[in-house]
Amino acid sequence: MAVGTEYLAEQPKLRTSAIVLGAVAIAALLVAPFFFYPVLLMSILCFALFACAFNLLIGYVGLLSFGHAAFFGGAAYFTAHAAKVWGWEPLAAILLGVVGAAAMGLVMGFLAIRRQGIYFAMITLALSQMFAFICLQVPFTHGEDGIQGVPRGHLLGILDLNQPLTMYYVTLAIFLFGFFAIWRIVHSPFGNILKAIRENERRAISLGYRVDRYKLGAFVMSAALAGLAGGTKAIVFQFATLTDVAWQMSGEVILMTLLGGIGTLIGPVVGAGLVIALQKYLAASDFPVTVLIGIIFVICVLLFRRGIVGEILEFTKRRSKSAA
Amino acid sequence: MNTIFGIPTPALYGQILIGLINGSFYAMLSLGLAVIFGLLRVINFAHGAQYMLGAFAAYLLLNWLGINYWLALVLAPLAVGVVAVIIERTMLSRLYGVDHLYGLLLTFGLALILEGAFRYWFGAAGQPYAAPAQLTGAVNLGFMFMPVYRGWVVIASLVICIGTWLLIEKTRLGAYLRAATENATLVQAFGVNVPLLLTLTYGLGAALAALAGVLAAPIYQVSPLMGTNLIIIVFAVVVVGGMGSILGAIVTGYVLGVLEGLTKVFYPEASSIVIFVIMAIVLLVRPAGLFGREE
Repeated sequence: MAVGTEYLAEQPKLRTSAIVLGAVAIAALLVAPFFFYPVLLMSILCFALFACAFNLLIGYVGLLSFGHAAFFGGAAYFTAHAAKVWGWEPLAAILLGVVGAAAMGLVMGFLAIRRQGIYFAMITLALSQMFAFICLQVPFTHGEDGIQGVPRGHLLGILDLNQPLTMYYVTLAIFLFGFFAIWRIVHSPFGNILKAIRENERRAISLGYRVDRYKLGAFVMSAALAGLAGGTKAIVFQFATLTDVAWQMSGEVILMTLLGGIGTLIGPVVGAGLVIALQKYLAASDFPVTVLIGIIFVICVLLFRRGIVGEILEFTKRRSKSAA
Repeated sequence: MNTIFGIPTPALYGQILIGLINGSFYAMLSLGLAVIFGLLRVINFAHGAQYMLGAFAAYLLLNWLGINYWLALVLAPLAVGVVAVIIERTMLSRLYGVDHLYGLLLTFGLALILEGAFRYWFGAAGQPYAAPAQLTGAVNLGFMFMPVYRGWVVIASLVICIGTWLLIEKTRLGAYLRAATENATLVQAFGVNVPLLLTLTYGLGAALAALAGVLAAPIYQVSPLMGTNLIIIVFAVVVVGGMGSILGAIVTGYVLGVLEGLTKVFYPEASSIVIFVIMAIVLLVRPAGLFGREE
């Protein structure tokens, strides 16, 4: 259910324009905090990374995980606990979140890849719901209260993250690191095998690839990157709560990716930006956000399944074809 | 007082009864999911919302129009069934040609809309719905007292499940349905109106969910969130049972409900996750599910 991005690599002209576009985007992100509220931007960056991590599975392996909130929220709890109770340095705390999310991904992925398609979605949803129930009961998550008042601390003991601008640039650096990690994975030989599995799993098996190992590998990477997003979010917002592990969060990340464009690299970033901005805008009115999210879901599925970025790519592709 | 494994027997029987009640709802809902999935290849995420709609329909019929429980048992499923038919005709039917995951995403979006709208109108708190006068009180079974309404729910759900099973296995309509599940193109070539069959199946599945919702209204409170939390557990039940067999879905529903009840007696901390744990074990041992076929 994905749109190819390999197309960019085939077109030298488009490739240069993609590089130019990327440079402009990074420059815009560097100056953005002088024009917008940094907390909103950091929120968008965290969710954009989360959506990109989710997209690695749905867009490049064709696996719809309905349980990614477990990795995002789980990592937020691990990071928050390490930073607050153990007094860890923030980067180390975030790394603990990443490792924890990867370990959870290994267990959940091992179970979920035993079934395909629609069952995969249901199993991941059920397992993440189980994790949410566990989070409600174990003492270290503090139940309904969550972990509040997580100290931001000093990065590597030097940079004071309580300065909003410093926090912003660290978040941006983490986001860019995650984004380029995904770009590397997608364009590696490993990534090509994932796409082969997405297109035709049986043929990939008959070519001798151990499909299950590739799927599990992709699942763990996706979980770890979702954990990176969740851990960073815990440091930025200084709390971790049950909201982050709830099934609604899994739904939100699906929506961000679907809206922006499944299987496109920047689609999830666009989708996350739109959804977060919309939620921020609606928070002031009394219109129920859930209803709007549901409506966007229905519209996306019925009218533009490629998502915003996917449709734009498709449009330029068709135009350049008719020109040639 | 009598005890079994150090547990007083009335507490044990009480939890088994609660497990049987929960199991009745698992069975009815997973049955509807399996019927819809069998033919439409859509996992109906809105199933929980349709169950909630059934309960709310009963609540609104009583409070706005003064229509009693017995009529609501008929009217609420009909109304929800009609809504479902409209949804199938206008939206779901456009998605049969694309990846099945889009059906899941569409119904997920619909579930969010319904749940969000009802929470907006009625708040997140539950509304009480009284059981009809004929079904109040309790009977002495000799070994325990059983509220009449709970006994009624267990019996009604058994009748509904067996009735649906008979409809699918023993009638001409059911034969068409099973044939279309196997090979829709061929059945259409024989002159059966398959699109109509798909529409009716979705309507029937949703009506089943709504009927379960009316039955649930006096037991659990009527709340906008009652459906979605339940449907995720039902997904696990469906994974355990496998969706290949209608009877399998029913049996798995009751058994897992009772197991959950027993866990509440012996190890209450684990009662909310026991069904998911069982799902994980079944995935390790028999990935296709207990009654499932590998596809």
